Amino acid sequence: MKKIRTIIGKEWADMRRNKLVFYVVVLVPLLMTAIPVVMLAIMGHVGVSQNDMNELGRMLDNPLFVDMSPIEAMQSVMASNMLVLFLIMPLMVPVTIASYSIVGEKISRSLEPLLATPITTTQLLLGKAFAAAAPGVVMTWLSYAVFLVFAYFFSVSTRVFGIFIDPMWLIAMFVLVPLLTVMAVAVGIIVSSRTSDPRAAEQLGSLIILPLMVLYIGAMAGFIMLNSTTFWLSSLITLLLDLGLGYFGVVLFQRETILTRWK
Amino acid sequence: MIRTERLCKYFQSNGSEVRAVDGLDLEVREGEVFGFLGPNGAGKTTTVRILACLIGITKGRAWVNNLEVGQVDLKIRAQVGILTESPGLYERLSARRNLEIFANLYDVGDVPGQVEKYLRLLGLWERRDAEAGAFSKGMKQKLSVARALLHEPPVLFLDEPTSALDPEAAKTVRDFIETLRGQGRTIFLCTHNLDEAERLCDRIAVFRQKLIAVDTPEALRRQLFGRQTVVHLARHDERFAAAVRGLTDVKHVDVVTSDDGGGKLVISLNDPAAQNPGIVQTLVGQGAQVQFVNELRHSLEDVYLSLMQNGAAPGGGAQ
Ligand SMILES: Nc1ncnc2c1ncn2[C@@H]1O[C@H](COP(=O)(O)OP(=O)(O)OP(=O)(O)O)[C@@H](O)[C@H]1O
Ligand SMILES: [Mg+2]
Repeated sequence: MKKIRTIIGKEWADMRRNKLVFYVVVLVPLLMTAIPVVMLAIMGHVGVSQNDMNELGRMLDNPLFVDMSPIEAMQSVMASNMLVLFLIMPLMVPVTIASYSIVGEKISRSLEPLLATPITTTQLLLGKAFAAAAPGVVMTWLSYAVFLVFAYFFSVSTRVFGIFIDPMWLIAMFVLVPLLTVMAVAVGIIVSSRTSDPRAAEQLGSLIILPLMVLYIGAMAGFIMLNSTTFWLSSLITLLLDLGLGYFGVVLFQRETILTRWK
Repeated sequence: MIRTERLCKYFQSNGSEVRAVDGLDLEVREGEVFGFLGPNGAGKTTTVRILACLIGITKGRAWVNNLEVGQVDLKIRAQVGILTESPGLYERLSARRNLEIFANLYDVGDVPGQVEKYLRLLGLWERRDAEAGAFSKGMKQKLSVARALLHEPPVLFLDEPTSALDPEAAKTVRDFIETLRGQGRTIFLCTHNLDEAERLCDRIAVFRQKLIAVDTPEALRRQLFGRQTVVHLARHDERFAAAVRGLTDVKHVDVVTSDDGGGKLVISLNDPAAQNPGIVQTLVGQGAQVQFVNELRHSLEDVYLSLMQNGAAPGGGAQ
């Protein structure tokens, strides 16, 4: 446990001093929070025609939106679709951190002395994974809180605001987000233990955003209904993926290959 | 203390097999400084990595501190310190932080105490809060030496500790290694620097894929060149050499004349301490004017080069 803590402390100290990683960790979530906030503000001030309502089409089938006035419905639909961005956030931040955390050690050649200490592969990877995951989760929750503050002022009615703290979003934030983060970290670690270029690792790792994009586009197009069931189901799938990827992460982390493979 | 038995390490590289270590038999005694010499690509770093449980063994067996490599690796790692070929520091962190991290990973009891002790011993205490990345090569090397010692390991591997350093930095690191002698630690030192090996090591192994020779520097010399006495004479005459050749137990006499009429007799013999007085007496009896009598010492470089030329392992060429 002390060893895991040491790795975490080391990763964070290093992260704070790595400008690139630091900016990604702090700036990306802030920028991504701005999108739904701006959306919400604009939607509250433009008129909504019957035409617009027709365009929303199937999305309005969601029981959450019945009984809402056109403007309320419009605001709720657009903003809650934007909330899917909060699910992408925990993927981007940790992938970046995790990619740098192993490839970075390879480049600075600090991996060899590290692996020479009596630390097990599992301890090392748990430390690195937690160090990468925690900032992702915390930044996502922070961004969600910031969003809620703005949403409180920009929502045309308390009913609209209610949507943003609906149980389905709480499930998304407090169950799905941590699970997604773990998945991102596992992918970042697997990819980066197989390459020696941090950007390549990051880009490859970023591919895991794709399935979420499916959810996002599906929701926008109204094919996928965003509700508690969808999020519970997504959480379950992610959990299974996490277990599988975590196992492979440890198995694929072959000290010898990582140490001696030549560039 | 360290033992290997027909140790082999083969790498697959682009479909072909590279035999980095091929049948190494070695025995390093407790408390000795053991020099591991070999040309580039001889497999020194590979051997150290195997013994520090960083990479696996292809064939054969090895023991460190009576623990078998590949069986109880965590235990072995806890008991060895290693200075890797490149310092591999966390360059954005301070010197002190670097050491604290490793002290914790090595389960050191008194972390601040050990960190301070080694920062002071290596003269880095004043710069303890500076980023390691801002250090000179020599300081980085010293910091990584400190890192290898924090947990007071009974076995220490040093992979070319002074290469890539300027003479002054090399000297401080070398001096420090010298202070480590006699603290009961077993030190396994890979080096290209023959003077360094001679100064620091109790025994030296010459190695290329397998062991070529191992002994004290002195014994290696004797084995290769025997012992030789050089007698400087003010004036050379063939009679003198002939007289010495006539003595019992003198194996060989070479004559080197100089322009001013003087000369040197290079005499190969078994026991200079017992034979030199007789030789001098004989020469003086013949009327020779003896100026100096020395023992001819071949440099370790001569020994090394001769071993590399004559004793090279068949088939094992360096890349
Ligand atoms: N991962 C690897 N894959 C393929 N070949 C390797 C690998 N690691 C080492 N080798 C080869 O093994 C041989 C021994 O390498 P090693 O680094 O142990 O030599 P060395 O004695 O430390 O040399 P130097 O004095 O240059 O440090 C070399 O021919 C090297 O090319
Ligand atoms: Mg080497």
